Amino acid sequence: MAGLLRIIVQRLLLGIVTLFVVSVIIFVAVNALPGDFAEAILGQGATPEAVTAIREQLGLNQNAFTRYFVWLGGVLRGDFGVPLSQALFAGNFGTTATGTEVITVVDQIMPRLRNTLFLAGVSAAIAVPLAVTLGILTALYRNSAFDRSMNVTTLSAISSPEFFIAYVLILFLAVLNPVFPSLSNIFPGMEFSERLNRTMLPALTLTLAVTAQMMRMTRAAIINLLASPYIEMARLKGLSPMRVIVKHALPNALAPIITVIALNLAFLVTGVVVVEVVFVYPGIGQLFVDSVKIRDIPVVQACCLIFAAVYILLNLTADILSIVSNPRLRHPK
Amino acid sequence: MSEPLLKIRGLKIEGRSDETWNPIIKGVDLDLNKGEVIGMIGESGAGKSTIGLASMGFCRDGVRISEGSVVFDGVDLVTASAADKRALLGKRIAYVAQSAAASFNPAHKLIDQHTEGPVQHSVSYRSDSQADGIELYRRLRLPNPDEIGFRYPHQVSGGQLQRAMTAMAMACRPDLIIFDEPTTALDVTTQIEVLASIRDIVEQFDTAAIYITHDLAVVAQMADKIKVLLKGDEVEEADTRTMLSQPQEEYTKSLWAVRSFERPAKPAVATGATPVISVKNVTAAYGTVDVLHDVSFDIHEGRTVAVVGESGSGKSTTARCITGLLPPRIGHIEFDGQQLPLNYRQRDKMQLRQAQMIYQMADTALNPRKTIGETIGRPVEFYLGLKGKEKRAKVDALLEEIELEPTQYFHRLPSELSGGQKQRIGIARALAAEPKFIICDEVTSALDQLVAEGILKLLAKLQDQLGLSYMFITHDLATVRAISDEVVVMKDGVVVEQGEKADMFQPPHHPYTDLLLSSVPEMDPDWLDNLLKERGVDNIGDAAVDKM
Repeated sequence: MAGLLRIIVQRLLLGIVTLFVVSVIIFVAVNALPGDFAEAILGQGATPEAVTAIREQLGLNQNAFTRYFVWLGGVLRGDFGVPLSQALFAGNFGTTATGTEVITVVDQIMPRLRNTLFLAGVSAAIAVPLAVTLGILTALYRNSAFDRSMNVTTLSAISSPEFFIAYVLILFLAVLNPVFPSLSNIFPGMEFSERLNRTMLPALTLTLAVTAQMMRMTRAAIINLLASPYIEMARLKGLSPMRVIVKHALPNALAPIITVIALNLAFLVTGVVVVEVVFVYPGIGQLFVDSVKIRDIPVVQACCLIFAAVYILLNLTADILSIVSNPRLRHPK
Repeated sequence: MSEPLLKIRGLKIEGRSDETWNPIIKGVDLDLNKGEVIGMIGESGAGKSTIGLASMGFCRDGVRISEGSVVFDGVDLVTASAADKRALLGKRIAYVAQSAAASFNPAHKLIDQHTEGPVQHSVSYRSDSQADGIELYRRLRLPNPDEIGFRYPHQVSGGQLQRAMTAMAMACRPDLIIFDEPTTALDVTTQIEVLASIRDIVEQFDTAAIYITHDLAVVAQMADKIKVLLKGDEVEEADTRTMLSQPQEEYTKSLWAVRSFERPAKPAVATGATPVISVKNVTAAYGTVDVLHDVSFDIHEGRTVAVVGESGSGKSTTARCITGLLPPRIGHIEFDGQQLPLNYRQRDKMQLRQAQMIYQMADTALNPRKTIGETIGRPVEFYLGLKGKEKRAKVDALLEEIELEPTQYFHRLPSELSGGQKQRIGIARALAAEPKFIICDEVTSALDQLVAEGILKLLAKLQDQLGLSYMFITHDLATVRAISDEVVVMKDGVVVEQGEKADMFQPPHHPYTDLLLSSVPEMDPDWLDNLLKERGVDNIGDAAVDKM
């Protein structure tokens, strides 16, 4: 067990180092975006003087090195700064655009992030059990008509663009048969059931997008093991085919399945912009795109860092679970 | 006379390769009465395992029963439905596989796998089956029977797993058990314990058994009658004693004769001669754990030193030290009286060239994508610097030396060769460097006896022609007897005894050498009984506990 703990700590530290490297890349990349906030906000009437004034006011004239460490220092304290859009108003008028206190990046991102995580959670709760079950069934009935039709269906789903699937679902589940609302405008204080109801269509769209890969990996990982001597042994013990697969193959196939699930979960958090736009779902993806449009650098950087952290964290979890799924490591000699 | 428990008639089995079905089993009959043990022997590819599985109504992927019947207690398993077969499998017919380590599911505890059969077949409740499992572990003389079942397979040694698997096969008290080479993967001293355990328990419960093996001496201990198979056909069948004393067919006689190959003794080494290879006080470690302790021995020109010991005794580690793959922590290796650099990276081409290796698994030791010509040509070019026509001529000469026709084999891939031929290519590759010294690491243990004998004879011939020195790593004492001049016995990384072969096979011995020698099964059907009597049955159980 001590060995396991050491591996986990090692991976955790490695994750932190990765995150640090990613933060440098994010900073450099965001700063390499053409144009800047001052020009974007002043539009066509920008005079060089006005641009300089705003840049000075927001600290954009300092060199990149200083700005990076100021930003990193803030991030480490949990302070992602103030959105440039807010800071400008605060500086000019002593108040914010909305007339109340200064809204920080965290204030702006948190509710959006919660919404996105909710959507990802609902999608995962449908997609993961569905994919694993289908994977088991297709492995059990491999090369049957069921297996082939499932493969074709899921592959078509993953090959179609998400917006197309989204509109097809809207057509069938909102327009022709009004089961779910086609707009997913959720807001704080909403009842859970209502929130779930409105999240359903985007969640189903995402489910269709991620099921294929997880299902196929489950199927492949199981079939890969079917030639092994302990599976033959299980068959020769007269066990039912279902039991052979679920009890004897699946526990040994977990590692690759977990890895693919983690990758797909990460996609559910970071890759949902299109779906959010189609369903007008107030998630972090929309905020991210809006912020890039107006070159609101603190928000963009914060979003990128969150995305990176999600990826690293999920992969880390997958690694650890894969290790734990191996009895040799759980129960050393 | 009553109907036999298992009755196989005209069994024909086909295997698929490239869309066509080829016969594997060409019409075999078998009768087995209740409580009777039949031994099935033959070389690999004879179809022993295929028949074993077919007597459970089971075929591996790409194999099918094309004709015949397998009637078990009135049910024809060839025509029975999958569900009907499942009701019999595990419950009335059980299977013990060759490698228990691979056939236990790594994800579950032993006892959970043991109780699965009885619970799924509704034979008994989990708790009863668990108690029964512990009782079986006790009868099979497993150490700590109350506790061992609650371990995972990787926490239990190979010999113990093999006994746990026999216990698992017994879980539903079947009428018939198929033993598929259950001791082939074990060391000789462990093999004895497993053989004795299996025989006892089969007798106690009056279980019928099909015992599949390629080892004649083993089958002589286990079976009431023996069936000899060759390439999917039955050669002959007779009761064990008749078969051993009066084999009828030429093939059976040739199988019996293999064990008699032995090289004549060579003259003793002149005193003061410089050995080709000298291992000097070598201590070596993997990580921080020492696995070799102060190992020393010499190998002289034109002589074969057999290094004997069970798995984990440090035989192969010693070879790794000599080749420089594992630099010793203390001590060194001398070649012709010159000290070799410890790490192979620091050795020059001349030094590397002088020590070559032949590996156990010829299958994995040859690059599957390189033709034979390329595989042998590579060291010819690397060490001897030959190119073009000269290289081709050298490769052809080497192929002739290993008794393979050059024009026929030069362009073939390893997959187009038999196991014995692949091992010959391994020998040619080692010879290509024109070395003085070759390490043979269990080169015959993956081969059938007849093929192995051919390899041993070839190695002996090459030694006489080229004056080669061999270090022959093996756990098989019959091989030692056949080929060696000197013997080094290792245990737990220590040399326990060494000397001339003639002395080694004469008492008195070191107790461990004695144990090893007396554990090698002999063709006498009473051998195991006598040995057990000699050692006292309880001793075997104690020995098993000692091994923990």
